[in-house]
Amino acid sequence: MTKEKTKGGRITKWLVSGPPLLFLLVFFVAPSLIMIVTSFRYPGEFGGLAPLVAPAGEVGGEYGLTLEAYQFFLSSSLYAEIFLKSFGVAAATTLICLIMAYPLALLIARSKKRFRNLMVLLVVLPLASNFLIRIYAWMIILGPESGLSHFINTILGVFSIAPLTLLFSPFAVLVGMVYVHLPFMVLPLYINLEKHDLALLDAAQDLGASSWKRFWRVTWPLSLPGVFAGSALVFIPVLGMFAVPEILGGTGDILIGNLIKDQFLGTRDWPFGSTLSIMLTLAVLSIAGLATWLARQSGGMKYAE
Amino acid sequence: MALLEIRDVTRRFGDFTAVNNVNITIETGEFFTLLGPSGCGKTTLLRMIAGFDLPDSGQILLDGINIVSMPPEKRPIHTVFQSYALFPHMTVAGNVAFPLKMSGKMPDEIKSRVSESLNSVHLSGFANRFPHELSGGQKQRVAFARGLVNRPRLLLLDEPLGALDAKLREEMQIELISLQQEIGVTFVFVTHAQNEALALSHRIAVMNQGDIEQIDEPSKIYGFPRNRFVANFIGKINMMDVQVLEATSSHLKLVVKGLGEVTAPSKEGVRAGDKGTMAIRPEQVQILHHSEGTEVKDHFPGKIHDYLYVGNVTTYIVELANGIHIEALLPNNTPGQAKSFEAGDSVVVTWRHGASTFLND
Repeated sequence: MTKEKTKGGRITKWLVSGPPLLFLLVFFVAPSLIMIVTSFRYPGEFGGLAPLVAPAGEVGGEYGLTLEAYQFFLSSSLYAEIFLKSFGVAAATTLICLIMAYPLALLIARSKKRFRNLMVLLVVLPLASNFLIRIYAWMIILGPESGLSHFINTILGVFSIAPLTLLFSPFAVLVGMVYVHLPFMVLPLYINLEKHDLALLDAAQDLGASSWKRFWRVTWPLSLPGVFAGSALVFIPVLGMFAVPEILGGTGDILIGNLIKDQFLGTRDWPFGSTLSIMLTLAVLSIAGLATWLARQSGGMKYAE
Repeated sequence: MALLEIRDVTRRFGDFTAVNNVNITIETGEFFTLLGPSGCGKTTLLRMIAGFDLPDSGQILLDGINIVSMPPEKRPIHTVFQSYALFPHMTVAGNVAFPLKMSGKMPDEIKSRVSESLNSVHLSGFANRFPHELSGGQKQRVAFARGLVNRPRLLLLDEPLGALDAKLREEMQIELISLQQEIGVTFVFVTHAQNEALALSHRIAVMNQGDIEQIDEPSKIYGFPRNRFVANFIGKINMMDVQVLEATSSHLKLVVKGLGEVTAPSKEGVRAGDKGTMAIRPEQVQILHHSEGTEVKDHFPGKIHDYLYVGNVTTYIVELANGIHIEALLPNNTPGQAKSFEAGDSVVVTWRHGASTFLND
């Protein structure tokens, strides 16, 4: 009886965890391994990869495994600069999203229950329309013929400042990045803030805390898990994003995402594209690890005083 | 001057009057209890004292100053919440230090006051624990320490013992009394548990549907309830419909329908012919065997209908001649014996004249 039960339990466990495991093996582990191997190979003459073994009769040439792609990556400071710039854009996007999303999430969490779902729906509604269409819409909004550009340049003209181009600039890239990722900051924050026990705010007020102190001493520290979750959901995708800089940015606004995309679709240098991807993954993992470690440190220290 | 004076305070929610023209005066050092069933307005009144709710009319004076327009964070009044509301991201020490930090105390002073305060609630070793690592009773003590550490003029306690089990609750009651005596802070305690109110308070205000029914010392509330509601709400009591036959300055003569005459203590404003209720506590009722009862002045024959043995006492239910059931509580002072009477025994019930109370309808 018990034997059957444990056997049945084991089968259920495999049935439940099997499909996602298989999915991850096929679509995450295997591609990652392929990417790692690719980064150590030579590019083919017309894209793709050169064969591992030289064809019969051919002498010399670039076959087998090599560290060439990594050497190339380290040979120029250009790539490090693009990495740094990308991290800067990701950090700025995350910070702006946080500053914009926090009051909104707080407003939704503190409004009447029957309005909350509607407001959350409004936050995610833009995701229902195609991402590219929304980015192209920003091209029109920021374009030289738009009302916004006219308005800004008219004001600048009053002070005899040269007209400004909003589109194809770092500013436009940042606007696009923030716009696209804002819902992913609002949602985790809302989910966290909505769970807060409002009696704690009453208690803080009762014990002498002004509204400012109630926020910084109670609401903010309790919302940190939501802040971290939202920041990760914004920071990491922004790092890999290539569509926004490509459509809204100028020639100088290339980010890692564009660089990697170009290696596969433009230059057709698969090994170097793989190398860049691995570098990006390693950088993200080390940042995530550092953030977790810092959060644990500060969490333990701050509340022990 | 009174510490807290609640003057003609009324609070309405739509058509519902939660607090109806209430007047209460509380003195410094008092342990004052607001007692009543849920929905009687006691919590609304407490929230108005704390500042979380505003009266529609009336004044709340602290040391003679009207504090109605003062926000909660500015009032020198702290609250112990029913759910404790401890900050989950702060340690015990952090929680207790919170009100001191808010009032801008120096770190040295905060440190010594926190440890002193934790000492007084026997939690010295728990300073670095987080609330989720504490038991219910320990959380309760942290809440007390946090409420008292900044020496408020007034500590409000909103059913603080409600979440504890019976045994722990009794322990905390005793601790609460000694804590209040030690620190000398005035307490306003809200509860629906009448035994808790009787055990803890210097004075009790019994509330019902927004009105104050009676304000008095526990023994007066219990012994001389002013009306049927108070009599019924506090403890157990026998009630019989009566009519006043004769009212003098020394006593009242009452007629119980189908039973005869009884004598009760005199009461102001009662006239012959008034209808009302005679109330008597079960422990004041004596039961005698039929044979020995005849010389007592007021006595009524009856039959033991049923009894309930609960260890220290046994409650007997006696059916009187007019069919009324009356309860009598007798201590069990012979070990191993559950009852002095058997169901069906013919008995006589009686009580001292001063033991009963007449209540107007």
